[in-house]
Order: sequence, then C-alpha cells, then structure tokens
Amino acid sequence: MTYPRDDAPPTTSKHGDATEAATESLIDPKGSSAVAQAVTINRSIAEVYAYFRDFSNLPSFMENVISIEVKDDRLSHWTVKAPAGAKVAWDARITQEEPDRLIAWTSEPGADVPNSGRIEFRDVGARGTVVTATIAYDPPGGIIGKVIAKMFQREPSIQARRDLARFKQLMETGEIATPAMNPKQFEEMGL
Amino acid sequence: MKALAWHGKHDVRMDTVDDPEIVNPRDCIIKVTSTAICGSDLHLYDGYIPTMKAGDVLGHEFMGEVVEVGAKSTLKKGQRVVVPFTIACGSCFHCGKHQYSACPNGLPADNQDIARELYGHEMAALFGYSHMTGGYAGGQAEYVRVPFSDVGPIVIPDGVEDDKVLFLSDILPTGWQAAEYAQIEPGDTVAVWGCGPVGLFAVQSAFLMGAERVIAIDHFPRRLELAKRFGAETINFEDSATYDALMEMTGGIGPDAVIDAVGLEAHGLFVDNVIDQIKASTFLGTDRPHSIRQAIIACRKGGRVSMPAVYGGFVDKFPLGAFMEKGLTLKTGQTHVQHYMPALLNAIMEDKIDTEFLISHRMPLMDAPKGYKMFKDQQNEATKIVLKPGMTATA
Repeated sequence: MTYPRDDAPPTTSKHGDATEAATESLIDPKGSSAVAQAVTINRSIAEVYAYFRDFSNLPSFMENVISIEVKDDRLSHWTVKAPAGAKVAWDARITQEEPDRLIAWTSEPGADVPNSGRIEFRDVGARGTVVTATIAYDPPGGIIGKVIAKMFQREPSIQARRDLARFKQLMETGEIATPAMNPKQFEEMGL
Repeated sequence: MKALAWHGKHDVRMDTVDDPEIVNPRDCIIKVTSTAICGSDLHLYDGYIPTMKAGDVLGHEFMGEVVEVGAKSTLKKGQRVVVPFTIACGSCFHCGKHQYSACPNGLPADNQDIARELYGHEMAALFGYSHMTGGYAGGQAEYVRVPFSDVGPIVIPDGVEDDKVLFLSDILPTGWQAAEYAQIEPGDTVAVWGCGPVGLFAVQSAFLMGAERVIAIDHFPRRLELAKRFGAETINFEDSATYDALMEMTGGIGPDAVIDAVGLEAHGLFVDNVIDQIKASTFLGTDRPHSIRQAIIACRKGGRVSMPAVYGGFVDKFPLGAFMEKGLTLKTGQTHVQHYMPALLNAIMEDKIDTEFLISHRMPLMDAPKGYKMFKDQQNEATKIVLKPGMTATA
C-alpha cells in the first residue's frame, strides 16, 4: 500500500511517514519529528506576513523565544527556553521566501536542536489569512527528551498552537490576553 | 481593595487585595456599584469546578463606574456601565458573526488547552470563574479590570437605577437567547424547565416573542409564583406528573418548544467526573440530564428544543432516538451577551421587561460570605442576591 490515500495534511498521517512527507518539499530539511498547526487570523495577508517576516517581532508572541538577533536578510540567531530552565540556541537561515505566501528556514550546523520548517500564508477572503506552521525538529535526547518536554508543556505541537493563538490575538486585537491585575504581574507571568 | 475571594469548599472570604491597574490598552477599570451572586457561583462555592486557586476573586454579574481607561478604551471616566460576563474582542471571525461567547481572543493561550482537549475548541474567557476560563478576577470586588472595554461594557443613561439594568450582564440575555433559540411562532405553547433567574427571564421573553401559552416547571413554590405573575401556567413536579400534565394541557400534541433552564445557568467548563459529583449532590433538586431527557420526550413532533442550561461533559441515556424520530431541532450555547445588550437595555427602558422583581435581597459587599450561604441554603426565598460595595447595612 502506498500512502497517502487522501488529501489530509501529511503531519496527520497515522503511518509513521509524517516527517518525511511533511518536509519533502523543504530545502535542506532537518529534524526527525514534525508537527503542524494552523490558525485563521482576521487580517489581510499583507499585514500578517509583514509582521511575521520581521523576526524581531516574534518574541512578542512566542513564549519560549528569549531573543532573536537578526544578522542579515537570511540569517538570524535564536535563543530559546528549554525544559527545566535550560536554554538552547541556533542560527537559522531562510531557505525560501515568497512574499505573502511562504517563509521556510533551516538551522545551521552546530544547532542545539536541529530544526527546519515553513510558515505558509493563505488568503481566505472575508475570513482573513490562514497561517500554517510546519516544524521539523530533533528533540533533545531523542524520544526521552520528547517525553520530558511534554511533561513541561514545551512539547512543540502544544507550544506552536499556543504561539499561533497569541499571534492571532496580537494581530486581531492589538494585545495579548492576560488575567494579570497590573503590568508588573503581567511581566512576571510571561506570555 | 476588598474582594470576595474563594478559599475552598464553602469557604469564601472578604480579602484585601491589590487594586487592579490598566494592563492592556483596551482595558478599563470600573468601580463596582452592584454585583450579583449567580447560581453558577454556587458551583464554585460547593467546590465542583476544577482549576480554582485559593484567593481567586469571584463574580461575573457586575456593573459600576468607569474610573480609569487605557489608551484604546472608548469609555470615559465617570460613565456607568454594565459588563458582559463573557470577555470578547469584537474583531475576530466569531465576534464578526456576533457569536461573542465563542471568541478565543480573551482567553490566554495557555488556558486554551483544557477546552481544546475536552471540546475540540477553546471557548471565551469569563470573569471570576476558574483558570480554565482565563483566571480573570471577578466583579464581587470594589474594583475590576475589564479587558476589551471598547466592545463589552454598555453605557447606562443617567438616572436609571442599577437594579433595573444589572442583569444585562448575564441572566437577562441568557433567558432572552433561550427564548429566541426556541424559535417561537405565534400561537405556540412553550414549556420551561426551571424557574431560576434564567427560566423566569425566558418566560417573560417567550411571551414577548409571541408565545400564546408558557408552562413553567419547578418545585419551589416561590419561583413558580413569580412565573405565574408573568402569565405562565405552572407545574410543580413534586405535586404533579410533568409529562402527563403537559400532554393533557396541550391536547396530546405536546409543547411546540421546550426550554431546559435547569442547572442554575452554570457557566462552568465541567469535566466529566465533576458532572457526576453535581448529579450526586442534592442542591440541584433534579438532576440535569433528567430535565433535558424529559423536555425531549415531551416536545411535540417537529418541535424545538432550547437548552440554556449548561452541560459540561458527557450525558448518559440521551434520548437520541426520540430526538431523531420526532424530527426535533436543538439550539444551545453560552450567551452572546454583547449581541443582546443594546436591544434589551431599550426593552428595560420602555418597561417591556421587568427585572427588579427577581431581587430578594440586597446587602453590602462586605456581607458577601453570608450572601453565599443564604443563596445556597434558602433557594425558595433567596431568588437573587445583589451586593453593593457602597452599602453599609443590609436592607
């Protein structure tokens, strides 16, 4: 039997070929696990794309991203929180870019967590823009690392879903929802 | 400030907590002038709602005066506003369809996971109702931080008493939506299970929407008496067999529309085992799946079922066969408060809807712990308790 036999997204495959199928169109794919999440944002594709493409904006809604240093048009340095207070870092290189449609990246050699992926933007008319993130990564410590990451709720699929939810909030409402009672508490709680 | 804080089962206290401040640009801060205890607050009081933390400030029915505004709030200091219990952004897909209680943008992303797992989707954030619904401090307090203040709160004209408009925050729109979802046609007979605040507002709303007869079902005489005041016929299920009575009263056809308003309009996102605890407890009087089952069995063929009562988990023995064979339609959901507020404010101003009849007790905010106990223990007499931070002695 050859898969897929349907039109479902490759990361939803039950046949263990998810990563390969999800990353086959990537240039220089890296990572043994793949996750994807999609969100609909009620804003124009130009607006959504432009905000995302300026990587210095990303820490404003990505909870675990401590900083992104934009080195040039293609290259950026990412510092990211890992479970149990650890930090991981890598250089990311943009491998493909189509304005208002697609940004794809891969990590440079020496990355703590080798990863690659793409963010796709799709115009859905009156509903705005669908943003789909596909992330392929090598979990630190293989399968055990993935289990530990899940325990700390840093499992990439959940993390991607939360980050996209915050991206949606920011684009649609101009703010990120918080029950904080004052600005100091908001800062302490984090995103 | 002083605020009513949850500390555990049957343990609510007046705590001193920090005053809220503006956090996001669309926020405002209101100084609470009136706030009510809701039936669904009793679920918190009884300890049935998971994800509560000691010190959580309760209350989701409240109104007050605007005392501070963020840079993007459209309100002005000094305005009096009623605040919807659902926190909605006004700019997402769902808000665009006026499905405000489906808005995902007030719920912090980390709090969205539970509902995602349980329901397949995240729901709207609520004030003062556990961390699953956002962990926002509620309105049984002297001050409240209100997000999206350019969308939610409705400005109340000067000279209109708090008690007349307070219920715009929740139970009036909830009862109205329940009647709307019953898709009433002229000449209809509508049966309402439960004469709590939501059921009583559904009775009034059903008549305004053209129902010829409304039949109200409960077991608290005081509540049935209130339903009767608005023209409803009554069935006390402790005295009479509900199904048999409905059939005889409708000439064997059955009610054209049925409304299940049992469950004290709870807004909680209960998990399954919690539902079982609630079913086992005595304070509901009748178990909740029972009322929806009975409503479906009694409803006429081709009729409509409206369900404002909240079900959070899974229900056993749902009469799916009767539902299909009789060709019924079901509409339900948390209330899209923001959608209904302007028209209902007008209806109140034009004296088309009576709201104050419901209030049985008014007391100072400082007496809130006493109010909770009374609301729990005296369901026949205590139909609605309104707390007033500015009041010094119980009236």
